[in-house]
Amino acid sequence: MKLDVNGSVHDVDADPATPLLYVLRDNLSLNGARFGCGLGQCGACVVMADGEAIYSCTTPIAVLEKRKIKTLEGLGTAEKPGPMQRAFIEAQAAQCGYCIPGMMMRAQALLEKNPSASDAEARAALQPHLCRCGTHTRILHAVARAGELMKGKS
Amino acid sequence: MTITRSSHIRSHVVLALFVMAAPLWGCASHESVSQAEPPKSFPRDQIAKGQELAYIGNCMGCHTAEGGKPYAGGTPLKTPFGTIHGTNITPDPQTGIGRWPLEAFTRAMREGVDRGGRNLFPAFPYDHFTKATDEDIAALYAFVMTREPVNRKNLGNSVPLPRASVSLWKSRYLERGVYKPDPAKSPEWNRGAYLVEGLGHCGACHTPRNKLGAEKKDEAFAGGEVEGWHAPALDSTSPSPVPWTVEAMQTYLKHGVADLHAQSAGPMAEVVHDLSHVSDADVRAIATYVVSLDTRNADQRKRAADAALARARAALAQKGNAVYDGACADCHNLGRAQEGGALELPLGTALTIPTPRNLAYIVRDGILPREGERGGWMPAFAGALTDEQLTDLLIYLRALSGQPAWADVAGDVRKTSKGKR
Repeated sequence: MKLDVNGSVHDVDADPATPLLYVLRDNLSLNGARFGCGLGQCGACVVMADGEAIYSCTTPIAVLEKRKIKTLEGLGTAEKPGPMQRAFIEAQAAQCGYCIPGMMMRAQALLEKNPSASDAEARAALQPHLCRCGTHTRILHAVARAGELMKGKS
Repeated sequence: MTITRSSHIRSHVVLALFVMAAPLWGCASHESVSQAEPPKSFPRDQIAKGQELAYIGNCMGCHTAEGGKPYAGGTPLKTPFGTIHGTNITPDPQTGIGRWPLEAFTRAMREGVDRGGRNLFPAFPYDHFTKATDEDIAALYAFVMTREPVNRKNLGNSVPLPRASVSLWKSRYLERGVYKPDPAKSPEWNRGAYLVEGLGHCGACHTPRNKLGAEKKDEAFAGGEVEGWHAPALDSTSPSPVPWTVEAMQTYLKHGVADLHAQSAGPMAEVVHDLSHVSDADVRAIATYVVSLDTRNADQRKRAADAALARARAALAQKGNAVYDGACADCHNLGRAQEGGALELPLGTALTIPTPRNLAYIVRDGILPREGERGGWMPAFAGALTDEQLTDLLIYLRALSGQPAWADVAGDVRKTSKGKR
C-alpha cells in the first residue's frame, strides 16, 4: 500500500495491521519516532497524521492510506532545523532525549493549529507524554519559543 | 506533563411543567426558616462522617467547577430543559451557605427548598436525598460548613420555567420520607439500599427519565443517560456479558477496574474517584445492593457467564480486521492477567449496551487517570482514526459481543464528535 510520509509517497509492502512505527523504522529507515512502551502509554512514538498527533505504535497502516503523515524528519534537518527543532536546541530541552521526538511532534500539532497556545494548553497537550529525566520546564520553554519562531519572531 | 481532565457528573434532571403549572403557582410558596446563626464548630468525628457521605453523594461532581475551588459551585449541568449551574455550598456568608442553619440545610435536602423558601430545581436530586437520616444530613452539614469559605457568586440558569412550577413536579414525583429498612434483608443489603437510593443517588443516571425529567419508578435501574453517556442497566436487563458478582462490583466501584468487566470511564470515572475514599464496608454494602438488583438466579448467571466467556475465546481466536489487530489487539488480546493487558473485548460492557456512544468516546478520547493519580489507562485514538474508520471499528467490535448490530453507528459517531455532546 502507499503511504504519504513527509510529502513523499512510499510503496510499502507490509501487513495492513502493522503499526506505523514499525513501518517507519524498519521499512522507511525513519528513526525519529521511538519505541517506548508499544501500548500508547508513553508518547515516545508520536507522529502526525493530517495535522493531528497520533501514537504510531498503536495505529495500523491500514487506516493511514491517503493521509498525510509527518514525522520528526519532516520538521527539518540537522543543517536546516525547523522552528520546533531550533527551539528545542536553544532551550537545551533534551537530557537523554528519548521522549523528545514524540513531545516535539505533539507540540508541532498543537502549534500548527495555534502558534499562540498558552502554557496551560501546552501542558494539557503534552500530558500523555512521559519523561523520566525531568526536563519538563525546559520542554515547556522550548514549546513557547517554537510558537514565537513559527509566528516569525527571531 | 500534567493536566486535569475532569468530567463532571451532571445529574440531568428537571421538570417541565409549563402547561399545568400556571393555575397552581399560588400554592407554591414556602416560609423562610429561622434566622438562627449556624454553629461555629462541629465534632471532628461528625465532620469525618460527613466527608465520607459527601464522597458517596459525589457532591463535588456538581458543586465544584473544573479547576475551581472545592464546593464553590459553577459547574454547568446541561439538562434537556436548559443549563443549571451547581451552587456555592461553601460556608461563605454572602455567596455560599454560611448563614444557613441546619434546619434550612435539612429542608433543602429533603424538600428542595432554599433558605429563603424558593424552590430548587430537581437537578439537585432531593428526590433521593430525602431518604437520608437526620444524623447523616447533620454530618454532611458539619462537613460542608467546615470547608474553606469561598466568595464566588452563583451563576444563573437558563431554564425557561418559573421556580414555582417545581411545586407541581414535587407533588407528583417527590416521595418524602427517610429510607425504611427491609427486615427480610441483611443489614449489609439495607445499608447498601439506603446509600444507593439516598445520598448515592445512583438512579439519577442509571434509571431512565420521563418527559418531565422524573425517574421512571417502574423502570428503576433499567439504564439511563448522563452527559451524552449511556449509564448501563443495573437490573436484570444488565447488558454485562458476565453477570456481576458482589466481589467484582466492589472492586469496580473502589478501583474502577474489575476482571471480566469494563473499566470506568466518563461520568462513572468521577464516581469511582469519590468512592475510592469511602470505607470498604460501605462500598461492599453498595455493591451488595446493586448486584441484588439483577434478580437472575445463580444458574442463569452461570449460564450467561459461561456463554460470554466461550464467545470471547472464540472471537479472539479468529483473525479480526486490520484495525483491531493493529490498534487494539496488543493490549486487549493479552487479558488482564498480563502486564499491560486489558479486558478481552467481547466481555466489554460498552460493546453490549444499546448505543455505541460510550465506546466511541472511549476509543476517541481514551481513558486517562486524573493528574498525579493512579488509574486505568487507555490511549486516545482521536486523530489516528477518521470518523469512517471509527465507525467501521465500532461495527466490528459490536459483532464481537454477539449482540445485534447497532442501528446508526455513523450517526452516533458524528454526534459524539468533539463539541457535539
